Amino acid sequence: MQPFRTLAALAVPLDRTNVDTDQIIPKQFLKRIERSGYGEFLFFDWRRTANGEPDLSFPLNEPRYQGAQILIAGKNFGCGSSREHAAWALSDFGFRAVIAPTFADIFFSNAGKNGIVLVKLDEEQVNSLLENAKKIPNYRLTVSLEEQTVTDGREFNAKFDFDPFRKFCLIEGLDDIGLTLRHASALDAYEKKHDEAGWLRAK
Amino acid sequence: MGTAPKTLFEKVWEQHVVIEPKGEPTVLYIDLQLLHEVTSPQAFEGLRLAGRRVRRPDRSIATVDHNVPTTIEGRLNIVDQIAATQIATLRKNCADFGIELYDVNSREQGIVHVIGPELGITKPGMTIVCGDSHTSTHGAFGALAFGIGTSEVEHVLATQTLPQSKPKTFRISVEGRLPRGVTAKDIILAIIGKIGTDGATGCVIEYAGSAIRELSMEGRMTICNMSIEAGARAGMIAPDETTFAYLKGRRFSPKGAAWDEAVREWSRLPSDPGAKFDRELVIDAGTLVPYVSWGTSPGMVAPITDVVPDPAAALNEQERKSLERALEYMGLQAGTPLADVSIDRVFIGSCTNSRIEDLRAAARIAAGYKVSTHVSAMVVPGSQQVKAQAEQEGLDRVFREAGFEWREPGCSMCLGMNPDILSPGERCASTSNRNFEGRQGRGGRTHLVSPEMAAAAAIAGHFIDIRNWPVLDVASEEVKA
Repeated sequence: MQPFRTLAALAVPLDRTNVDTDQIIPKQFLKRIERSGYGEFLFFDWRRTANGEPDLSFPLNEPRYQGAQILIAGKNFGCGSSREHAAWALSDFGFRAVIAPTFADIFFSNAGKNGIVLVKLDEEQVNSLLENAKKIPNYRLTVSLEEQTVTDGREFNAKFDFDPFRKFCLIEGLDDIGLTLRHASALDAYEKKHDEAGWLRAK
Repeated sequence: MGTAPKTLFEKVWEQHVVIEPKGEPTVLYIDLQLLHEVTSPQAFEGLRLAGRRVRRPDRSIATVDHNVPTTIEGRLNIVDQIAATQIATLRKNCADFGIELYDVNSREQGIVHVIGPELGITKPGMTIVCGDSHTSTHGAFGALAFGIGTSEVEHVLATQTLPQSKPKTFRISVEGRLPRGVTAKDIILAIIGKIGTDGATGCVIEYAGSAIRELSMEGRMTICNMSIEAGARAGMIAPDETTFAYLKGRRFSPKGAAWDEAVREWSRLPSDPGAKFDRELVIDAGTLVPYVSWGTSPGMVAPITDVVPDPAAALNEQERKSLERALEYMGLQAGTPLADVSIDRVFIGSCTNSRIEDLRAAARIAAGYKVSTHVSAMVVPGSQQVKAQAEQEGLDRVFREAGFEWREPGCSMCLGMNPDILSPGERCASTSNRNFEGRQGRGGRTHLVSPEMAAAAAIAGHFIDIRNWPVLDVASEEVKA
């Protein structure tokens, strides 16, 4: 996993609430067996008109937002399906951070495992970022995970909360399985005893 | 032991704590992982790349459900090569790592959340995960069951554990008697409509109350299934006599003395009197009605007797925009009575509503009638076992005679990964769980309803209040035959 410390990048506004993972990556792209190459399918239906042409009014298609690495969105981002393809698509497209008032639980976990930092700010703060990113050309934000801050180098300055362990893993780019296997002896001991509980056996 | 009263969730959680490292998430033991073709290939690939093995192949079970065609011809020759490759990959992964697979042609095949319970693999008190958000279904048995991403699938394969932060607890009590024509599906749609699609984010819901206790296991599964649609990490219902009666004698249920021991242990799981929940909500079952979703999020639901809501009445600007967008996508005008909305397609199936009782209920409505001439309707049983049982009871004949298609088991048009999809603009009454934009096919318009409401809509050609439906006598005759 690519470590994350500070990101200074262009921000793109996606002024919608309850953006579900079916929109982030529609089901027809979940049949692949690879982990990479999902970027071109990100927001597939929203990026295209009914006849398959690029919809130039969708922010991700607007020339001024090309190269954006920070996505700003409404509440409950990432709700719905557990598909990690949503995180893979965002990351493959180039996003390293998403800013929203709230995120759905499974997406939250999937994003973290793919080096994407999810920044929770107040609804009011997110609304002003959405407005700024629409109005101000080349609107750039700096997300510092170390400091837990978001700034635009103008008037916007915000602190955000972040789980300390998740922060440590993202900054170090650590693999979860390796971390769990540090507890191998505790696991062996637990499992030996737990296996005696026949009423919790699958078969 | 025996100090503060504990909730069902807390009891299951505590039993599965491997270690609680300081400043880190708890390492939680996972009793069972369910695998399917769509969210597992990259997990097995990760194991291979890292040179890791599957720690406990005996604690994993796999099946194919998401992208299998639902016609016999389609299954013999899967023309979608990418889907075929995904299924072949699961086959190879299960063979290489020693995991039992219920393949396309096996008598146990079916939607992963239907076969776990029906085979008696799902049990009270277990921790269960699957790379699918509707894993919450298994919570109906008093298991802690939740959906995970593919990296987590790999983590469980490698370690049989997951690092987890402890969720909050939320008890939703549904008290009183359900009115006639109101189903488990209506209870959960009402709950999501009330608390919203992020109403239970970060929480495990425990469904309690007399109306929940009165439900069959299948009704309980329908409710727990859609917990994720309220944002919950999981949904749980305390195991009781109904649970034990359902499990007794199933293929992988304990037998003999082991059964008695299991029932003793499972009986200790219900929340203790006085146990504290972080949040509580009480719902009067008597006030519930049949619901229909009208928008593009499962929280956008209304009683069948209502009209399509007016965005002008929204509480704030953001909500107004979201309502306008939903109505535009759905092709609906504010103020239209829901019962006047005509439909093109009907889908009876999915991990929410494809079990035998769902099919019996839909068949009872459909018997003796004909599907409206402008509607195309299909029934997709949840598993091979459900299909066989339904055929034994003659339900397939009832559906076929009424003009429904009778299909092979799978997820089918719930998410349209297989050939079963809506065309742009088509409107569908669906017993599934998500009405997101494009969920059942690009431009498709999904309305979530109960199996009874779906069957009645197929016949009427528009939504209709099931409470006024004249069930024909032929129904009971046919079903008994």
